[in-house]
Amino acid sequence: MLEITDLVHSYGSHRVLDGVSIRAAEGELVCVVGPSGCGKSTLLRSVAGLIRPTGGRVLIDGKPVDRIPDNLAVVFQDYSRSLYPWMTAANNVALPLRRRGLDRQRRREAAMAALDQVGLADAAEKYPWEMSGGMQQRVSIARALAYRPSLLLMDEPFGSVDAQTREDLEDLVLRVCAHHGMTTLLITHDIDESVYVGDRVVVLTRSPARVAADLPVGLGESRDQIATRQLDAFVRLRAEVGRLVRGGSSTSNVLEKH
Amino acid sequence: MNVIRAVGRLWLIPVTLVVWEIATRAAEQPFFPPPSATLARMGEMWLSGPATHLLLTEQALDDFGPSLARLFAGWALAAVIGVAAGIAIGCSSRLSGYLDPLIHLGRAVPPPLLVPFFLALLKLSTPAQLTTIVFGIIWPILLNTIDGTRTVDRQHLETARIFGFSTVERLTRVIIPAAMPKIFAGLRLALSLALILLIIAEILAGSGGLGYRLLTAQRTYLYTDMWGCLVVLGLLGYLLNSAFLLMERRVLAWHRNARQTT
Repeated sequence: MLEITDLVHSYGSHRVLDGVSIRAAEGELVCVVGPSGCGKSTLLRSVAGLIRPTGGRVLIDGKPVDRIPDNLAVVFQDYSRSLYPWMTAANNVALPLRRRGLDRQRRREAAMAALDQVGLADAAEKYPWEMSGGMQQRVSIARALAYRPSLLLMDEPFGSVDAQTREDLEDLVLRVCAHHGMTTLLITHDIDESVYVGDRVVVLTRSPARVAADLPVGLGESRDQIATRQLDAFVRLRAEVGRLVRGGSSTSNVLEKH
Repeated sequence: MNVIRAVGRLWLIPVTLVVWEIATRAAEQPFFPPPSATLARMGEMWLSGPATHLLLTEQALDDFGPSLARLFAGWALAAVIGVAAGIAIGCSSRLSGYLDPLIHLGRAVPPPLLVPFFLALLKLSTPAQLTTIVFGIIWPILLNTIDGTRTVDRQHLETARIFGFSTVERLTRVIIPAAMPKIFAGLRLALSLALILLIIAEILAGSGGLGYRLLTAQRTYLYTDMWGCLVVLGLLGYLLNSAFLLMERRVLAWHRNARQTT
């Protein structure tokens, strides 16, 4: 569904991405994790068509991304700058649907349904500044859902909310992505989160970014904030991703030493 | 509590009036009539008409009618031209490259100097007065609109790109609302400037209106009339500004609240 091949990007002489290749199958949730400032956001912006990478290519459903694809939605980290403060939650969610050729009534219905899915049916007429950070991020997830993209990109979507809200939002994303069968690329610097949310975890190296490892998670469909995090498989995988993010030796070496 | 506090702050006004009254009565200067005489003369000039006309006299209609019409016409014209041009220039770096030097040159010319030129060019006094007002007040509107349009948050624009907004949607749903706080700041500044330029234009190219009344009163040694004009102009400026603030508070409620919470 999503094929990123040998992606290279430089800002001037400063190379940020150094041949990154990632694939995501239909309906898969792939977490990309890496140290801060390693070029994760540049990767996401290239996939979204917001910037033109220096080299390599990105295919979505076999079609090269040369401008912004129309079946793609993004949830940004900074919800306060992504939602429009002059519009209510419902209007923020409904506005992109004009492009889908829906009339006013239909747009309204779709927006209400999406807000309902993220548990904000009662807050439809509220303005973003009347909501907590977690609620605002829910609105921007609802906006992405209502748009019905085949590819959802999330750039550190839980980076600006408190721990409790973060867990709620992680479960929300797991639920809605599975429900809609959406292919999702989630970028994070949080190792725990990448293992908990992902079907697969792609670890990037320190800048310039390369793929250090591409690990299947294999924790099954249903996950629970407490129980899943106690599983041996979870703990082992988290440790491994942690070592890789810190630029430690590869998995096989670590295992051989034991 | 708030009412008491608000009244508490107003005590300086009656005190000033009383001191002024005493001082002017003691001085007995024809140039400085006591406020009571000025107020009485204002009532006589403008508010002694028939009840059917809300007490407004013929003279009130002659003085305020044309002045207010010019003021609002000039302001509205400057707003339409300034905002439209500002958005166009703000959105196009090519256009702003060409026009920026011209704008800064135009802004630097003191508008009263252009009254004789506009008079010669346009012959009739009303078009010349309107042109003076528009030329004098358009700059804050234009510059603020350009600035507001240029400084729309990058992520607001990227969100619009991601979700494939059309050019019209991008303009009307994102860029213009985002620029509104700055546009309103420009419009408010322009409103107070408009009053100043109105009086200058009426004094220099006069035929009726408050500025003309002020000038004739001064030339015919009617100093109480002249003071009446000064007072009413002060009140008018204050009222206009308050009314505009009230409107701004309603239209930009989101902006005030968004700023308070973040």
